[in-house]
Amino acid sequence: MITVEQRAEFRKHFRDNISSRLITDKIVKGVVLGCVVLAIVPLASILFEVTKNGAPVLSIDFLTQIPGAVGSSDVGGIGPAIQGTLLLIGMSSLIGIPVGVLSGIFLSEYGNNRLGQTIRFFNDVLAEFPTIVIGLFAFMVIVVTFGYFSIMAGTFALSIIMLPIITRTTEESLKLVPVTYREAGYALGINRMTIIFRILLSSAKSGLITGVMLSVARIGGETAPLIFTILGSSDFFAGFAQPMDALPLRIWRLSFLPYDSSIAQGWGAALVLILIVLSLNIGIRYLFLRRRGGGRFRIVAGG
Amino acid sequence: MESVKLKGGSASLDKVFKIGVTIAAMYVLVVVVLIAVQLGSGSYQIWAKEGISFLTGSDWNAVHGRESFGAAPYIAGTFVTAGLAMLIGLPVSIGIAMFLSELAPKFLRTALSFVVELLAAVPSVIYGLWGLFILRDYLRNWIEAPISSTLGNNVWFLSGTPFGLDVFTASIVLAIMIIPTIASISREIMIAVPNSQREAAYMLGATKWEVFKMAVIPYSKSGLVGASILGLGRAVGETMAVTMLIGNATGPSAFPSSLFSPGQTMSSIIANEFAEASQGTLHMAALIGIGLILFVIALSINVVAQLLVSKVVKAHEGAIIA
Repeated sequence: MITVEQRAEFRKHFRDNISSRLITDKIVKGVVLGCVVLAIVPLASILFEVTKNGAPVLSIDFLTQIPGAVGSSDVGGIGPAIQGTLLLIGMSSLIGIPVGVLSGIFLSEYGNNRLGQTIRFFNDVLAEFPTIVIGLFAFMVIVVTFGYFSIMAGTFALSIIMLPIITRTTEESLKLVPVTYREAGYALGINRMTIIFRILLSSAKSGLITGVMLSVARIGGETAPLIFTILGSSDFFAGFAQPMDALPLRIWRLSFLPYDSSIAQGWGAALVLILIVLSLNIGIRYLFLRRRGGGRFRIVAGG
Repeated sequence: MESVKLKGGSASLDKVFKIGVTIAAMYVLVVVVLIAVQLGSGSYQIWAKEGISFLTGSDWNAVHGRESFGAAPYIAGTFVTAGLAMLIGLPVSIGIAMFLSELAPKFLRTALSFVVELLAAVPSVIYGLWGLFILRDYLRNWIEAPISSTLGNNVWFLSGTPFGLDVFTASIVLAIMIIPTIASISREIMIAVPNSQREAAYMLGATKWEVFKMAVIPYSKSGLVGASILGLGRAVGETMAVTMLIGNATGPSAFPSSLFSPGQTMSSIIANEFAEASQGTLHMAALIGIGLILFVIALSINVVAQLLVSKVVKAHEGAIIA
């Protein structure tokens, strides 16, 4: 028999148990919310400081002139760096996009075997690789072989960095094309190559463009591999065999100079760079990713 | 007759095409192998001279005729900064992933995932710039100086004069940089946990936290480990921000003995000293040798992480199809 006292005791026990568990739950929710705030604060601070310190130096001259003599009153601009970054992006895309798309086609259409698994695996590994190692590699292969630092070496390094991103996004967007599209092509007696180029690639277009933009945003911010390859320069493009400047490289060099005007320029260059990279990202998000909710298309800035 | 000929023609075209895309895909494998070969041959000189003591030694002398190189302080520096970054970044990342997958209302979910992805998109050199001119002052004045003045003389890993350019600052910025990597992958892995698991726990009367602890964590454990290892891989390979913040010590003093003393990592010493090393010298071979060590470490970390993450994601995709 359960007495009244025992029943009261059970009830008290139950109430204590529930309330302590609910308190724990509340605490955890608070801590978790704190984690989210901890991640937002640095991002907000970076965007705020880059805008605050970078905006005052922005001008037409700043964007188009060559850098002035270090420490002199004529501070000049970051024209060569902007030109270099655009050139590097364009030239790396010329190598990275075709090779990446073709290898994505292989993985999606012919890659259902051991070779395909191996390539997919190493592609994923290469995508997360320290870019400084890839820079050293480009230095050994191009700079040492030819004997000079050049925009070609930088292009080689950056094309390796963008390759895995394009391969992965191409494969995933091709896999999203319904199998009926393929079957319709086969039913018409079209050969496989034509099916892939005319039907699959055009259906997967938005995925391909996403991959290209992601990889461009990523290599636009790469610094480490450029130290070993394009070296840096104060002049505009003078040939494929010459050293070149790029925005991230210029920011790095400016940050070490002991002059306020140089540091202000560094912030200005950072603002230009962040505008390029973030607008690419936001553009992708609003143009393409919303439809499918993102999935594995993710960008990670490089070293 | 003609149709047969046409068919034959397109079939051989398809064969050529298949060979073409296979070659393009093999490029990745060739690159990975060539990286190893090139770094090996470029650093052959230093391994021949120093042997195993290149891994264990701490001298760093590039003067001609007295060259002596040891990579131990930089290997230690890499692991200490990456380890500290994980210590700070991992709990925060798991918290964010939990919020995004379990707690946040739908509209916040999309917005916050976007914020996390933007954090990943900020170029490393801008983290470095921000760390150098903004964060460093806050850390030095509000954290390092008070700790150092109260505990500095008694606790070995807090000794030294806080200057702001040290192991501590570099680790904090590294932690911020790996949060988006770990958080976004962990979020995907937690979303992959079937709802039936959560519902079973709810049915037993569990609170949100208990559901997370009892149903989500055990189910996604190996994927979360993989996500953390990917974050570790990023911390180990990160170059620019660390180079700008760690203070760049060389030689025996570069051993990360205290949080508040300058250090050096493998990637930062390569970036820093590359301009000073002329080609063909032992100094250059030593830098490439450090690159080779970094390659081996990064390769092992990434292989383990990919194996763990892809297993979980694959199982998830399989579940959707089935």
